[in-house]
Amino acid sequence: MARKILTEHINVPGIETFDVYRKQGGYTAVEKAIKTMTPEEVVEEAKKSGVRGRGGAGFPMGMKWGFLAKPEGVPRYLVCNADESEPGTFKDHHLMKSIPHLLIEGMIISSFALGANKSFIYVRGELMYVIRILEKAIAEAKAQGFLGKNILGSGYDLELVVQPGGGAYICGEETALLESLEGKRGNPRNKPPFPAVKGLYQSPTVVNNVESISNMPWIINNGGDAYAQIGIGRSTGTKLISASGHIQKPGVYEIELGVSVDEFLNSDEYCGGIRKGHHLKALVAGGSSVPILPANLITKTAAGEDRLMTYESLSDGGFATGTMLGSGGFIVFDETACIVRNTWNFSRFYHHESCGQCSPCREGTGWMEKVLHRIEHGHGSMHDIDLLVDISKKIEGNTICPLGDAAAWPVASAIRHFRDEFVWHITHPQEATAPGAVYMGEMALV
Amino acid sequence: MTESPNLVAFTPERLEQVKEIIARYPEGRQKSALLPVLHVAQEQWGWVSSEVMDYVAGLLNIQPVEVYEVATFYTMYHLDPVGKHVIEYCRTGPCCLMGGEDVYGHLKKKLGIEAGETTADGLFTLKEVECLAACGWGPVFQIREQFYMNLTNEKVDQIIEDLSK
Repeated sequence: MARKILTEHINVPGIETFDVYRKQGGYTAVEKAIKTMTPEEVVEEAKKSGVRGRGGAGFPMGMKWGFLAKPEGVPRYLVCNADESEPGTFKDHHLMKSIPHLLIEGMIISSFALGANKSFIYVRGELMYVIRILEKAIAEAKAQGFLGKNILGSGYDLELVVQPGGGAYICGEETALLESLEGKRGNPRNKPPFPAVKGLYQSPTVVNNVESISNMPWIINNGGDAYAQIGIGRSTGTKLISASGHIQKPGVYEIELGVSVDEFLNSDEYCGGIRKGHHLKALVAGGSSVPILPANLITKTAAGEDRLMTYESLSDGGFATGTMLGSGGFIVFDETACIVRNTWNFSRFYHHESCGQCSPCREGTGWMEKVLHRIEHGHGSMHDIDLLVDISKKIEGNTICPLGDAAAWPVASAIRHFRDEFVWHITHPQEATAPGAVYMGEMALV
Repeated sequence: MTESPNLVAFTPERLEQVKEIIARYPEGRQKSALLPVLHVAQEQWGWVSSEVMDYVAGLLNIQPVEVYEVATFYTMYHLDPVGKHVIEYCRTGPCCLMGGEDVYGHLKKKLGIEAGETTADGLFTLKEVECLAACGWGPVFQIREQFYMNLTNEKVDQIIEDLSK
């Protein structure tokens, strides 16, 4: 069995309560950090751990902490990004509802490290029931002296605020999240200035994902070096993977980074293989925005090496033959899935969620959805395929925030790897629009 | 703008809750309370009318337009009256892979309405939403804070019948 850092105690009955969490060793890391370490030493452990941003970007968390400006007399903020909205991703939802004190303990340690006295957990508004779980846990921690004034007699004060969003994928982008937290529309900000210099209320701010912060208790208890020994190379530690689609056992799994894609997909410890009687067609490994891969590039790289669940191995081959680990949203498609329909579905998502600030994204996502809709519904022309590629190129890299890229990549990669299927939809509109029809080489599976 | 500003008001309990929310933020940053307070408003009235938006603007000491632009940006706020139960049905890829489109078709037939409509008896409003972060438990819909997961036609029938009682 693989080591578990985040989910070791997740199935202990009553783990959502302070008492049970405490009995499993909870809050000892807060005691250790606040009583025996300086904030700088805590930051140093985060750096040594090599833990990378688990929301999708994969930027080293300790390094991000190191960028935080510390001008005299100006408050600093830590904001936890719990706006989990990337299609295929539901790990933070699972973690927060099951073991809320883990995130709270991580928030206390991280806030202490950064010198923040008021920190926020921004949770997507649809998870109001999770917000209530977190608020209850915060009240318990406060009653036990782990939050509020003079924590454990150290003189350090911290208030934790849980903030609900209002329904907007874009608020998972950190500057849009900060705008939203200030009570505004979620329009991403131009950078620079970066949040580390001017973030929430124009003050220095760090924004970290739920899973990233939840690693901190273990890192403090065991040391950053011990964390860095798990995993392979620059992919250190464990990762929560949200597995969905046509597999035997959908759910959230904690893996040691470096397990092979084949083992994750097919072993009974994880996904348990493709559902019975079917076979693998395609995979989106890191949430809807990362490039989709065809069956022959999933368990092996183009060079024929085993593909591993690491940042590096999944991106092996670049976008030509690789993809990204992203948020760990692992969406599996068997032969009954229609790539054109799914691509249209994803492009509708990005069109719906574009904030409308940048023209390439606002207009381009709308056109991609429209063109994909007509191909899927039997009204496409051959020119439409190149048109989609052209639109995706005009969005990519031309917007304030990465939503534009996130919208472009699924379309570009679907055409790159499944062009035949798009062509078939255009040349065989009647067959392609029959109920349940799916392209199977030159034939339709109905 | 309504001529009688007292027409719309939070219940005393909700007003206390709103004060507690405003107190969470640094002084002068009370606008941060806007999204949570709009959720409280929706709890009370079921939807967010322009009168309610004006009222919230007054409570937070901000311009009404600052509330309008937020209420219309975020998808959770209902800008028109809704039925007793608002079914927010996930239409995004992973749920569709699990048969979400078929179950959705069944649900629409069962209710006799399309997305954006309310049943004649005022019991159900149907809305399509994007990914609810529950992809491993799809198909999924949400009614207020409750998630209904691993939906099938039979489960949908049961849920609708239970809520119709």
